[in-house]
Amino acid sequence: MPETATLWISRELAERIRNHGAKAYPNECCGALFGCDTSAEPGLDPETGAVVSARRVLGLYPLVNRRDDAPQNRFSVTPLDVREAEKASQLHGLEVVGWYHSHPDHPARPSQYDHDHAWPWYSYIILSVQKGAPEELTSWRLSDDRSEFAPEPLEICRHAAV
Amino acid sequence: MSVKVIIPSPLRAFAGKSDSAEFPAATVGEALSLLTGQFVALRKHLFTDDGKLRSFVNVYVNDEDIRYLAKENTPTKDGDIVSIIPSIAGGCR
Repeated sequence: MPETATLWISRELAERIRNHGAKAYPNECCGALFGCDTSAEPGLDPETGAVVSARRVLGLYPLVNRRDDAPQNRFSVTPLDVREAEKASQLHGLEVVGWYHSHPDHPARPSQYDHDHAWPWYSYIILSVQKGAPEELTSWRLSDDRSEFAPEPLEICRHAAV
Repeated sequence: MSVKVIIPSPLRAFAGKSDSAEFPAATVGEALSLLTGQFVALRKHLFTDDGKLRSFVNVYVNDEDIRYLAKENTPTKDGDIVSIIPSIAGGCR
């Protein structure tokens, strides 16, 4: 039986990421993804019968890009920012399931630098912003052995955001 | 000396889903060595191939960053909490 793991995000939250990327241009924007993860308890797709595990983004936590020296091609979230994001997510009964950032005038594909600095388990949403206009939105997950930073299916849907 | 190591959420799947583990350790380095000895899959995510802590892995002893103490030689005592906290970084090129 085939297994899929999908990241679900509402149109509203996807639009907020796009707006953040556009506002930060020509610099990279960044932020935390708040949500929940049911991948440990997968269900069945009623139409296909496939095993489906899901992670849902239910809120965003925009952050300041701490890379003052190279904000146009680098972003950084400090450990203090990570702790603050985790505390904030818990106030909403959620957890940090990943991070988003933008690629000014670059495709929504992870660079080697993105890959080298990624953590497993987190979802990494990347937004391409071309000449100030937000374009493609993609998501990526690091493999357990760090060898791959592979695309994660991203579903943009109409459920409510936090 | 029993030291509690806090495991961040992205690494819990490699530690039997635990959010913490306790070890008898006299230094931070010893605690991390015991942690990765018990949960071998953690090693790759915490350390480079030449055995150094990855730059985006931050380790604190009771809220103090070990970079400003004695790094992995920072002594630990009974009841200390060693926290592993991610930095998040990336960029388009």
